[in-house]
Amino acid sequence: MARITYREAISKALWEEMERDPSVFILGEEVGVWGGTYAVTRGFYDHFGPKRVLDTPIAEATIVGAAIGAALTGLRPVAELMTINFAFAAMDHIVNQAAKLRYMFGGQFTLPLVIRTVSGGGRQLAATHSQTPDVVFAHFPGLKVVAPGTPEDAKGLLKAAIRSNDPILFIEHATLYPVRGEVPDEEYLIPIGKSKVQRPGRDVTIVTYSKMLELSMKAAEQLAEEGIEVEIVDLRSLRPLDIEPVIQSFKKTNRAVIVEEGWRSYGVGAEVAARLYEEAFDYVDAPIRRIAQKETPLPYNRTLEQMALPQVEEIVRAVKEVL
Amino acid sequence: MDKQLYLDLYYQMVLIRLVEEASAQLYQQGKIGGFLHLYIGQEAVSTGIISARQPKDRVITAYRDHGVAINVGIPAKLVLAELLGKATGVSKGKGGSMHLADVKRNFWGGHAIVGAHLPIAVGLALGDQYQGSDAVTICMFGDGATNIGFFHEALNLSKVWNLPVLWVCENNQYGMGTAVERASAVKEIRQKALGYNMPNSRVNGMDVLEVRQATLEVLDQIRAGGGPHLMEVVTYRYRGHSMGDPERYRQAEEVKRWQENDPIGIYRRHLETRSIATPEELDEVERRAEQEVTEAVRFAEESPEPPPEALFEDIYAE
Ligand SMILES: Cc1ncc(C[n+]2csc(CCOP(=O)(O)OP(=O)(O)O)c2C)c(N)n1
Ligand SMILES: [Mg+2]
Repeated sequence: MARITYREAISKALWEEMERDPSVFILGEEVGVWGGTYAVTRGFYDHFGPKRVLDTPIAEATIVGAAIGAALTGLRPVAELMTINFAFAAMDHIVNQAAKLRYMFGGQFTLPLVIRTVSGGGRQLAATHSQTPDVVFAHFPGLKVVAPGTPEDAKGLLKAAIRSNDPILFIEHATLYPVRGEVPDEEYLIPIGKSKVQRPGRDVTIVTYSKMLELSMKAAEQLAEEGIEVEIVDLRSLRPLDIEPVIQSFKKTNRAVIVEEGWRSYGVGAEVAARLYEEAFDYVDAPIRRIAQKETPLPYNRTLEQMALPQVEEIVRAVKEVL
Repeated sequence: MDKQLYLDLYYQMVLIRLVEEASAQLYQQGKIGGFLHLYIGQEAVSTGIISARQPKDRVITAYRDHGVAINVGIPAKLVLAELLGKATGVSKGKGGSMHLADVKRNFWGGHAIVGAHLPIAVGLALGDQYQGSDAVTICMFGDGATNIGFFHEALNLSKVWNLPVLWVCENNQYGMGTAVERASAVKEIRQKALGYNMPNSRVNGMDVLEVRQATLEVLDQIRAGGGPHLMEVVTYRYRGHSMGDPERYRQAEEVKRWQENDPIGIYRRHLETRSIATPEELDEVERRAEQEVTEAVRFAEESPEPPPEALFEDIYAE
């Protein structure tokens, strides 16, 4: 086991897959000479060369479109969209093309395609650059949406995504890049679409993913000092949604708090709570609580921005409320 | 051109430079957050262009917007207050560096999604045309923005509808770390107008008077019903793309070469050698600009934070 950052884990996954399979290549804005806006692909251009590390113009629709086309020829493109906010400029190609081509043409098309992108607020980038619209993309059958919260998961899931034959939106979190965690030294893959219990506990189930896993872990530590043991289920993939571990945990605790960074309306919390009410109604001992971003675009001002984002104290309070 | 205008252009360029240097410092002190894209090196572009507009002409630009903000007449203190996220900022502290706007001054914003404001400029011009105004919309954007679909859709439609838009591409040689020739099929951005049968020109963006003159002429043509025009203004950004840019994509030599052609230096020499102004008069202008910036920084630092309830204000009009 080595303790490496989320950034290094993703970088290693990409590097190993490119070394292993010559059909894997990267395209996106500033992935080459710059080394990636978040420094994930630093050194790749020098090592793999311009044929496999393609700097593109600012042209999100064509970055995704070209990745789709190349995937159809049997290559395994990893397209990078600098942030998920710019994925809206590629929306048609993500949700109307990548998510539908296989089905619509009766299974003739195969799209071994990964779109890596970066979500999350909290960096004072103002309304258009701070969003966590992950669920928007998870709405569409035909697309898989993966969003790891730890270095270990990031590495194993990205390697699995690159080897998968389906289009996958791989959502990293901007403020997780410097976070360290244990990562196995030997090669490993983590199957797409499997939730994971990241912390065992008996009292309350917290359901979360990505950056909010970090906040939930902190809340759990505070609560443990007061003798409250939370169990944390990390969804890791929003589609397919692996609800079974959530239900198992809920049957044990009978209480749940769902924590997501994006807006509450129509969000992950809404989906997971509905599934619990539908599939485990007899086990409900308290109203299920949702923690999410306030229903406003994010402001630049730091204090206001933090007010809008979920905080550890809010999670702690919600857990106590359902107890 | 009367002397006061010459001096005024000098004042604006110096003021922009000093505001940018002050911003860089405030950023280093942690008082400005987020992204900060400095306009240093490009001062002659917005100063020349905006000096040629009439108050009714609308202006819209990208996130590298501090220069335009100063040129349209926003006091430096309101710009800096916005950069510090204060309630007194032009966007009430909610927009930050990339989102300055002042509708009173017909400035419709800095916009941070590359190219996204070009279709909006089509609509601004459509609104004026529809209402029988002869105002022109001036839309500024970078070289990198000419590679995204928004640009092509907007230019095409502006020509099809013969809209009063002056498209201004500030070609500062790079979009982040990508040199123009690595991202654009044509090296001269103005050539992109040819596909839309649109008049076009290429101007030296380090010479404020040349930019101003070219803009005056083109605005007249557009105002007379000549339809849109693409003006490429060749310039250079002296600083990184944003703060913290490692600048691995260019040589220090190249930056130095452009710095020898500093737009403020060029203009000052012009004013002195043509005896339009004395060195003492120009020094005095610089002192005034320094004073405005000192006061602006103080104002911004002393201004209040937005109140908590501001978080939920201005989401909707109703
Ligand atoms: C649609 C979109 N894609 C990517 C980005 C990230 N980005 C911000 S600025 C920039 C470069 C723009 O270059 P250019 O248009 O030349 O303007 P300059 O920064 O040189 O003024 C990029 C890629 C963005 N903001 N929006
Ligand atoms: Mg540029």
